[in-house]
Amino acid sequence: MMDLTRYIGPKYNDLVQKLLDDRQTKHLGIKLITPFTVVLVLLIGAAAVVALYRLAFGIGAASNLSDEWPWGLWISFDVLGGVCMAAGGFLIAGAVYILNWKKYYCVVRPAILNAFFGYLLAAISICMDIGRSVVIWKALISSQINSIMFIVAIHVVLYTSTLATESSPMFFEKVGWNGALKTVSRCMVGIVLFGVLLSLLHQSSLGAVYLIAEGKLSPIWYSKWIPYCFLLSAIMMGLSMVSFETILTGKFFNHPPPREVLSGLGRGVMIVGVTYLALKIYILLETPGLVAMVFDGSFLGNLFLLEMAVGVVLPIVFLSFKAVRNNINRLFAVNILVISGVMLNRLNVGIFGVQEFATRSGGDYFPSAMEWILTLGMIAFAILGFKICAKYLNLFPQHH
Amino acid sequence: MPISRRDLLKGAASGGLLLASGVPAYATMSTTLPPNAVGLLYDATLCIGCKSCVVNCKTKNCEPGGALYQEGMTKPPYETKGPGNSGQWDETQELTGKTLSVIKVYKNGTCQTKDAEVDGYAFFKQQCMHCITPACASVCPGGAFKKDPDNGSVYYIASKCIGCRYCQLACPFGLPRYEWDAAWPEVRKCQLCRHRTKNGGMTACAEFCPTGATVFGKVTDLREEAKRRLALKPGDEYQFPIQTVNSRDRHPRKVAKYVPKVYGLTEVGGTQNILLSGVSFEHLGFRKYLKNQALPELTWHYIAKIPWVFAGVFIGGTAIYKITHRKEGDKS
Repeated sequence: MMDLTRYIGPKYNDLVQKLLDDRQTKHLGIKLITPFTVVLVLLIGAAAVVALYRLAFGIGAASNLSDEWPWGLWISFDVLGGVCMAAGGFLIAGAVYILNWKKYYCVVRPAILNAFFGYLLAAISICMDIGRSVVIWKALISSQINSIMFIVAIHVVLYTSTLATESSPMFFEKVGWNGALKTVSRCMVGIVLFGVLLSLLHQSSLGAVYLIAEGKLSPIWYSKWIPYCFLLSAIMMGLSMVSFETILTGKFFNHPPPREVLSGLGRGVMIVGVTYLALKIYILLETPGLVAMVFDGSFLGNLFLLEMAVGVVLPIVFLSFKAVRNNINRLFAVNILVISGVMLNRLNVGIFGVQEFATRSGGDYFPSAMEWILTLGMIAFAILGFKICAKYLNLFPQHH
Repeated sequence: MPISRRDLLKGAASGGLLLASGVPAYATMSTTLPPNAVGLLYDATLCIGCKSCVVNCKTKNCEPGGALYQEGMTKPPYETKGPGNSGQWDETQELTGKTLSVIKVYKNGTCQTKDAEVDGYAFFKQQCMHCITPACASVCPGGAFKKDPDNGSVYYIASKCIGCRYCQLACPFGLPRYEWDAAWPEVRKCQLCRHRTKNGGMTACAEFCPTGATVFGKVTDLREEAKRRLALKPGDEYQFPIQTVNSRDRHPRKVAKYVPKVYGLTEVGGTQNILLSGVSFEHLGFRKYLKNQALPELTWHYIAKIPWVFAGVFIGGTAIYKITHRKEGDKS
């Protein structure tokens, strides 16, 4: 281990040594230098270069966005997708600390950390996407209560801080700051409740962003129920993400995935999925002509059918079998279905659903190389960050 | 009852957000025409496509106070790229971050008759419509769009803009344009020549229009004039005002056949710029099915529920916590 006393003094050296002490997590067998992490680092490096280029030369120089297509990959994938992937954090935290469902305690830390990285990903991407990145704080002090974007901005900041606070006990434990650990632990229930509130509002308000775009967003996705659609699909996605990541870390980190937790998550996905499907069917029937529009074989109609089949209908059908809910490999496959389906929904709303309007006005959009690189780099950042935390923090407490 | 349910909700919403953000809250947006609202009446049947309005728009908006003005600029931001343009003249094809208004042409078949949908052609003008309840001002997270409470022009304050481009998504007419080629970009759109009209002047486009296709005036007068024209018989002679709607300078001209509609009376709750045309508006790129509803209302229904979510989650959450943890409480 390196001795940094010469550079940062004995106090901080001690802190660093404590943080870098990985004896506690030796049994997980996490190696930091593997071909995969090298690729991740390269991707992050490339994304950093893109970010600097974007800041120096402007959003138009880095992206293929235009007046006809003001929002693209970064908003749809990184922001809408990243935030909805993070929904697991508030759900598991709420289940453990408010509902007192103790069996989920073993996944609460990874779920919250995962959510934290999801939000960081979204927050950094939105900073890159807005044209005047360094003045983004102005959105927080404007008190524009008519603006969903103002509400979204406040929620991103508050909830990212909440997630950081919820994750902080791991850090305090490691460096032995017992006073801080005690304070945070004492307030945990309040913090979690606040997190649940912020998440309910934030997940739904991302859908509410599109409420004003009546006639611009295709009626296949536009309805006054879109905030509820976003919330329900985010809950599906969030539970699936927690399950997905628990199985994945179980496979890679020598850490047996808890079966009853996974089947419980599967049941949760099924119940929320049925609710979501019912709402979607209600919307289809409520809007005149919408059923015909969905089944007319058009590109958008097919995208909708694909999204619903992959992300909702098939998972519900599979999860209704106990044999699927109790089999880790099958659950893993269902999780992938849900995650892809809901992600496709966000891309449909953010990109494909506004296509008709954008093309009518004369615009066409395919993300530029730099947009792709930044998005890939952000994903790599989330994976690598999670891995580093898994190595140096007590992310998977054995028992409580 | 002196307080309606809606007002109560508004108050509660403002209160909840006040708690959430710690900043003073505004009331929701007005849906009525401001007292001295001014605007433009564009009559496509009078337009000859000379683009004088576009030229003067760019020139006058590059003067201090104009929507394109930037300190230290030596000449207006001309757009000299286009088919057949050797870089000699300003030839804008579209509304852009450098162009606030543009004249376009509708063509069909042999293009013989002006203002005919079949085998005809028609000119039309695109620029900000200055909504009575502007979506851009309601969605802007920085508060960079404001509607003047007196004359109703919708204007932009660059220093408040963060560049999120939600205004572009929200605008039902797809109007706000972005300076995509700038490192520190601004949103650009017509601001109804605020720097000229506040001193009693007229907009640059109306000033240079030779035929009276674009006239400036009070919105109430413009609406009356538009309705008067719709009531005229095609082929009759009418004294069309030049520059301003109540101008003494009038030109006699034969009345063309109008589509029986004033565009902008009811669209998204009404706009201060209104249009007349001989060709139906959807052919000119104006969206057809815009309801008579102020767009910010669509969002407000959601926002008004936020304080209830606050109350519900805190009360419900605390209750659930107490119930689920009662055994642990007994133990300790």
